[in-house]
Amino acid sequence: MAAPRKLSMKQRYAALTRDLDWDLSYVDEDKAYPYTSFEGIKIHDWSKWEDPFRLTIDAYMKYQAEKDKRLYAVLDSFAQGQGHLQLTDPSYLNAMKLFLQGVTPLEYQAHRNFAYLARFLNGPGPRFAALCQSQDELRHAQTEIHTLSNYNKYYQGMHSWQHQHDRVWYLSVPKSYFDDAVTAGPFEFLIAIGFSFEYLLTNLLFVPFMSGASFNGDLPTMTFGFSAQSDESRHMTLGLEAIKFMLEQDPDNVPIVQAWIDKWFWRGYRLLALVSQMLDYMLPRKVMSWKEAFELYFEEQMLGGLFPDLAYYGITPPRHVEHAIAEKEVLSHQVYWTLYQFSFAAGFTTTIPSEDAQKWLAEQYPQTFEKLYKPLWGKAAAVVDNGGRYFYQGLPQLCQVCQVPMLFTEPGDPTTICQRHTEFEGERYDFCSDGCQWIFEREPEKYVQAWLPVHQIYQGNCGGPTVPDVLAWYKLQPGDNGEIAGNLEQTAWETWHATSSAEEQAPAPVAGN
Amino acid sequence: MTQSTGSTRTTRARQVGVDIQETEENRAVVEAIEADNADCAVRHMPGLVRITSPTRIVVNRESVEQRLGREWETHEFQLAIVSYFGHIAEWDDDQILIQWDH
Repeated sequence: MAAPRKLSMKQRYAALTRDLDWDLSYVDEDKAYPYTSFEGIKIHDWSKWEDPFRLTIDAYMKYQAEKDKRLYAVLDSFAQGQGHLQLTDPSYLNAMKLFLQGVTPLEYQAHRNFAYLARFLNGPGPRFAALCQSQDELRHAQTEIHTLSNYNKYYQGMHSWQHQHDRVWYLSVPKSYFDDAVTAGPFEFLIAIGFSFEYLLTNLLFVPFMSGASFNGDLPTMTFGFSAQSDESRHMTLGLEAIKFMLEQDPDNVPIVQAWIDKWFWRGYRLLALVSQMLDYMLPRKVMSWKEAFELYFEEQMLGGLFPDLAYYGITPPRHVEHAIAEKEVLSHQVYWTLYQFSFAAGFTTTIPSEDAQKWLAEQYPQTFEKLYKPLWGKAAAVVDNGGRYFYQGLPQLCQVCQVPMLFTEPGDPTTICQRHTEFEGERYDFCSDGCQWIFEREPEKYVQAWLPVHQIYQGNCGGPTVPDVLAWYKLQPGDNGEIAGNLEQTAWETWHATSSAEEQAPAPVAGN
Repeated sequence: MTQSTGSTRTTRARQVGVDIQETEENRAVVEAIEADNADCAVRHMPGLVRITSPTRIVVNRESVEQRLGREWETHEFQLAIVSYFGHIAEWDDDQILIQWDH
């Protein structure tokens, strides 16, 4: 007798997502899936959803296990081989602190919301894809924590990231972004996270972080990053599939989807302001400038590749995209200059860019750096030469929508701060840009509820009225924050490298001895 | 067809691309892609290899197996891929195809 023939990938996928499903007979479909109608998206045939990966449970488990094995082999050799000494400079870890505090909790949020989609989408195809993504996101959160815990043994700023994610001012930027997404309906969430974040913008987040890690001697982060990114390709596919599915199901879906693209492009782009300064300022060895990354990953691939494809359905490039393009020359400089002044209240440290770094910045930004930003660093350096360090003594106005301090400038005028405001029910709300104002005016009832860290400090909800009170409430410890030069991390680093090159050498003398 | 924003991009070839982790095994995958996609360009970046094409990118199981000297199922590509742009138009037992739809 001939051996039974193995099913092809197509047949296995169909068996999993079609044959194992059944029509409900005891419960109305509306009762079983109560959340897929209120957003106005019309779906006529859920079986039209196709997962191009044709992933099945056996394949998923097999390859995810292999990915984890590879990662943990690297983590072991890192721990055994004193890998924490291989960095270009300890200040590199500021990028990783920002990642751990800002991004890792988002992975966990994504895990939770995709688990919800895995239960509440009507079709078995998208439910299974959401289930895989939910597990991926949990794996990402866990492997990121595990990887970076190796640095936490030696360096500052990584001990209370979960606590800080809910409290610290700049972390309300990623937190509020994701809160906005998970409090939307399931379809908007798919556009917000599945499409806008995972497909449109993910390369601007992950590839710079991972290439930065690779370039700065951080092998474990590079490995977890690539391990996570291999899942990310599946998530990108889910996002793209989701948008095409909605657009193909009913022409009435098109304007709804367009408005979500407009909103979530700008929301995601504002979040990436933090990444822009990471690329241009935080990495000791630079990979590529924000401007170049934006041109490559967004302008070429998305505006040049994706949007012509979506034009078939009547979708146009996102509203306000021209402001993002214009801002690429100034964005990172404005953000880092602000972080420099406020890092006394942050879970990372900042410093004046070195001469080499400033030279690089001038080459990357020939039209703006020398003219507009180099003079600021000159002023900061003069303060340092006189024995001081310039920290801003006050709290900034935050944008009601993106929650970034209002540091951005008018489109086309890099010397005038952009300020917009809207009155709603007798209260005034401020915005950093036309994009954020437009988002507010679509759903003011949602954004008036924003938990703005600066307002909360003034209302007495953040540990007390003084800066030390607030920093204690943030759980910041000595060495976590402030200036890089001369801080705990830098001096420890110098000591380790001095003793590792000459074992007999006595411990480095303490200043003042 | 509908309006576009009227930018200057319409004249540019619409690239598709895939980023692959730079590893020993993936060298065979990259070589197979280069052999089967005459118009592709390969760029090495820190830790990864970036392959782009003005038309489409196809990964053939047989080509990879020839270079790897062992069986290789297309699902294994999940261990190699870091990112891509384009649309995964086909992914079956023999072939993976990335191109734009419209």
